[in-house]
Amino acid sequence: MSRTRTERLVNLVICLLSTRRFLTAAQIAATVPGYEHDPDDPRDHEAFQRKFERDKAELRELGVPLETGTASAFDAEPGYRIAHREYALPDIPLEPDEAAAVGIAARLWRHAGLAQAASSGLAKLRAAGVDVDPQATLGMEPVVTVDPAFAPLTAAARDRRTVAFDYRVPDGDAPTSRRLQPWGVVCWRARWYVVGHDLDRDAARCFRLSRIVGGAVRLLGKPGAFTPPVGVDLISHVARFSGPVERSGRATVLARSGRAAGLRRWAHEVTSGPDGDRLVLPYADAESLAGRLVGYGPDVRVLDPPEVRDAVIQRLKEITARHDELAAARTSG
Amino acid sequence: MTRPAQRSGGAARTSADRLARLLNLVPYLLARPGIELSEAAADLGVTERQLREDLELLWVCGLPGYGPGDLIDMAFDGDRVTITYDAGIDRPLRLTPDEAMALVVALRMLAETPGMANRDAIERALAKIENAAGELADAPVAVRMPGDSDRVAALRGAVQRGRALRITYYAATRDETTERTVDPIRVLMVGGLAYLEAWCRRAESMRLFRADRIDAMVELDEPAAPPPQARLHDVSAGIFRPDQDLPLVTLRVGRSSRWITEYYPCERVEPDPGDAAGDTGREWLVALRVTDLGWARRFVLGLGPDVTVVAPPELAEQVRDRAAAALDAYANLPPDGAPEPGAPRSGAELVGGAGPATPTGSH
Repeated sequence: MSRTRTERLVNLVICLLSTRRFLTAAQIAATVPGYEHDPDDPRDHEAFQRKFERDKAELRELGVPLETGTASAFDAEPGYRIAHREYALPDIPLEPDEAAAVGIAARLWRHAGLAQAASSGLAKLRAAGVDVDPQATLGMEPVVTVDPAFAPLTAAARDRRTVAFDYRVPDGDAPTSRRLQPWGVVCWRARWYVVGHDLDRDAARCFRLSRIVGGAVRLLGKPGAFTPPVGVDLISHVARFSGPVERSGRATVLARSGRAAGLRRWAHEVTSGPDGDRLVLPYADAESLAGRLVGYGPDVRVLDPPEVRDAVIQRLKEITARHDELAAARTSG
Repeated sequence: MTRPAQRSGGAARTSADRLARLLNLVPYLLARPGIELSEAAADLGVTERQLREDLELLWVCGLPGYGPGDLIDMAFDGDRVTITYDAGIDRPLRLTPDEAMALVVALRMLAETPGMANRDAIERALAKIENAAGELADAPVAVRMPGDSDRVAALRGAVQRGRALRITYYAATRDETTERTVDPIRVLMVGGLAYLEAWCRRAESMRLFRADRIDAMVELDEPAAPPPQARLHDVSAGIFRPDQDLPLVTLRVGRSSRWITEYYPCERVEPDPGDAAGDTGREWLVALRVTDLGWARRFVLGLGPDVTVVAPPELAEQVRDRAAAALDAYANLPPDGAPEPGAPRSGAELVGGAGPATPTGSH
């Protein structure tokens, strides 16, 4: 059954590619094997029409540019044809090193959503005469993964359709429903974001794809609903939130000898003394440095400045209190 | 009555796949006259038998009229095949929007990967694909992967030259800096970080070394010689894949530390049922596997005061004891005081290697 259908579809493509005139369904039925039926028998005719509709849908899904039009002004019935220029992949003269790069690029998706599209795209390049060495490497293998919302959001951005999704941030308790005109999707430091115009906030916003609940993206309205700002720099909308950190502060801590290897690595100075090693550490924010130092417990003691020392002592007190309560609860309960 | 459209999605998919393959097969063979069937099958990712069936089907397809001069024709010479008439399918079908995006975005990623070789070829390929795909290549996807290009390029060079390396490596799991001789195998880029995958002669096993924790490296004269038992890691699900044998740690986490659930693979995240605080300050119970309780202790202490260890009890005790010991040191001594008494070093040291990474992004 499947063989007959595939055969019919191949013949349909060849037939429509070879014609310059638009062919009506009746003309196609009279020409292409597999569509034989009695047009005067309503049931038979209806079965043919259903079959032909399915076949057209399948070709369009495959990306075959099926043109619709009428052969002449006197024809009421629509006809079909495929323009070779629209159908054919243009010539892509890739040098061997370029072809190797494309092959490696296609492999990036092997663990992620676009694997199927990458391999069928590569198969078309091969069919266009490009030889791709499957063994080629660049000595480096990026492993790419994408979130489930990637495919619907890129499609929506391409079609310029408004979307809605439920968005959950870790420090919020419940997801919020957001409506967005997506301009594009950004990969920044291996995380995926969508950038666009937030209709509820009436401002440009970016959203992390992994926080979209269930990866579920709903389409609102029709394609072509908006136009992204001319020359919009998608990256800048995401990257400005995580620019380089200026570590202008200096803290001096006393570390036990042989301990706190993780701190020693980024110390500006290490001076050995009888009571341990004095490390001079650059920092930007006293609280985040304090967190890092507390991780080392009694192996590290802050000497200076007081803001870091006090932050560390405050944290230690609270941690002790919380865990004392826990111990007390366990012994009493 | 058979209604193909109502077949399962799998069968419909197969049929669409086959049609795509057949439309591709004619131009593929046309570009390679006299290709061996086995070579073509391997290249196209099908069995030789499947390829023969595809050719048989194409053989009966062609132009209207469907006479001998209209049908697709091919000549066989032993196991070699040549298309002698293509019936008009002389080019592959243009790329679909998804195909164009898959290739263009992947090339952009390669071009953005720090320390990548042949960047020039990647960029030339990208320009040509974008050109061929026309407006489809206008993929609404931008990629930026900042990183230490020099470090990565040096590692890649060592891999390509096939030399053993002597590295100074900071193992975050144990918080120690170690010297090792390793046999490099490949450089990986996962989750925005570069890793050297190598056989570690000290640990006698395969390890993934984070490039930004390799503090020094010397290329040795001897060749890299990973033993036959060296097996590559499967990194498809990320670098750290929690093993069910590892200790499970349960934390009660306040709002400001909930970000950890996005940075570490967690087995369980749920609102704390015992928490009656209502909407404000609600706490979560978070369970995650750790390679090393010593690491977990530093992790919990470093997170701050709104995190409490629920289980295991020995971790809770260690956290409390370490915090109390540190506090004592401040209470007993002025800022520039005398030496402190040594504290016992506790914590079961388990397997080393790639433990949960410390977060590098903002939160």
